[in-house]
Amino acid sequence: MPTTPTPRLGHRPVAVVSFAQADNLRRESHRNEVETLMPVFAEAFGRVGVTKNDIDFICSGSTDYLVGGPFSFVSALDAIGVWPPRSESHVEMDAAWALYEAVVALQDDDVDAALVYGFGKSSLGQLDKIMALQLDPYVLAPLWPDPVSLAALQARALLDSGKATEDDFAAVAARSRKAALDNPKAQVAYDRSVADLLAEDYVVSPLRKHTLPPITDGAAAVVLAVGDQAWEWAERAGVRPAWITGIDHRVETHSLGARDLTTSPSTRKAAGVAGVADGGVDVAELHAPFAPQELILAEALGLAALGRNGNGVDVNPSGGPLAANPLMAGGLIRIGEAAARIMNGTADRAVAHATSGPALQQNLVAVLEGAS
Amino acid sequence: MTDAAAGAPSESEDRGPVTMLATPMRLDYQFSAGVAQSKTLRGFAAGKFIGQRCPVCQKVYVPSRGSCPTDGVPTDEEVVLGNQGTVTTFCVVNVPFAGQSIQIPYICAMVLLDGADISFMGLIQEIPIEEVRMGLRVEAVWVPPEELGPTLASVKHFRPAGEPDADYDTYKDYT
Repeated sequence: MPTTPTPRLGHRPVAVVSFAQADNLRRESHRNEVETLMPVFAEAFGRVGVTKNDIDFICSGSTDYLVGGPFSFVSALDAIGVWPPRSESHVEMDAAWALYEAVVALQDDDVDAALVYGFGKSSLGQLDKIMALQLDPYVLAPLWPDPVSLAALQARALLDSGKATEDDFAAVAARSRKAALDNPKAQVAYDRSVADLLAEDYVVSPLRKHTLPPITDGAAAVVLAVGDQAWEWAERAGVRPAWITGIDHRVETHSLGARDLTTSPSTRKAAGVAGVADGGVDVAELHAPFAPQELILAEALGLAALGRNGNGVDVNPSGGPLAANPLMAGGLIRIGEAAARIMNGTADRAVAHATSGPALQQNLVAVLEGAS
Repeated sequence: MTDAAAGAPSESEDRGPVTMLATPMRLDYQFSAGVAQSKTLRGFAAGKFIGQRCPVCQKVYVPSRGSCPTDGVPTDEEVVLGNQGTVTTFCVVNVPFAGQSIQIPYICAMVLLDGADISFMGLIQEIPIEEVRMGLRVEAVWVPPEELGPTLASVKHFRPAGEPDADYDTYKDYT
């Protein structure tokens, strides 16, 4: 058995051994959240030949504001069947943060395996208004700024700083949507030139349609396991464990006016703690819902200097959030997609990033490695 | 100090801190009942209670959210339940509240429909309040056919079925 990498966080090595996601749809009009999650759990468990009874800890990410009902995360547990009762937790954030909590929980000697999942149906409510409610309730939320407008402020700042051009934005979108053609779960995928994309009208200047994420109903789940358990379960699935050797998350001020929106110091800090620059990077899955944000993240992560074997870092080979962006699951999907490439051997070292809050306010960075 | 700042109220004017800020908000949703609950709702429109059975533990849920909360598997088998059931527990509502549509006091009860493994909330009427009891056999009274719809409001209330009380052992696991 190869040597298990030593994690930077804690003393018990944790690996992703299974990942599954629902179809990403503009509107899932038939199935409720429980009905959407059940086949995702069945797939995630089935790959590694386990059942809910093999899971010691459950953690989810979701928000009642999307569902429009209280305690939707409690109802969602019906999709697992938590009997006999077991340890469970929830974050009102993207499920990438639920994964962080699970990695911490797995440091306990009594917890050897965890299920992490996130779900979000954006089609049920008024997304523009819902997203405004995560803002400062005194001076921002009363203005009801929509997320596209906030991303446009960030994109404008980026253009004015001279760090990027609209061509750069379009190049991100063209590359991502083209990569998405190979992702069966992609909601938006196409092969179009930068020039063609730049012919689109502005939605909110300087953002054209191609720079925006799709609105998605979706869900995803990841199975985590510790040490020998991870080796054993991954072997059952015919894959290798994707060891989470580093993970950290940081937050910036709530006040958009107090931030330099063209940089992401929280991502840089998290990347430092997670050890991104400790080695070369094959793949980076970045949770940049708006195309310009990918440029900010790539700079904060220092990806330009981290290519391996003469290749640059392959950024968002899944198509990233521009291919599908289920809220509360999109960040976890980045970790799942990065892990999938470690598990199937097409990458040896990967970076996954997740964001939450307006204009990249909160950021999580994870480093995943396959044992050589 | 700028002129604008000079014109601003000073601490000495002592207006006190702002202690309240109103931000009116309203969010509209298009609720998605899901596949399983939609079947139950359509059952109401037909004047029937439709539940679903868990293939593992064989329990019948009404309504079902599509999964067995104990086993975590889809409850695909549809089960049409009877119109009668047993009161497993009840309370007398004496408290007036906004939007109340029934005159107090009235009875709100959990009714275990025949064939179901989860009790169903309903009103008990057509019986003096002091005579309602655990084990009382009741039957559903539906609104007139032209008023039936995919809504719980199709079940007007439950009334005594005129049968002897159910034996406690038949519903003790559901109280």
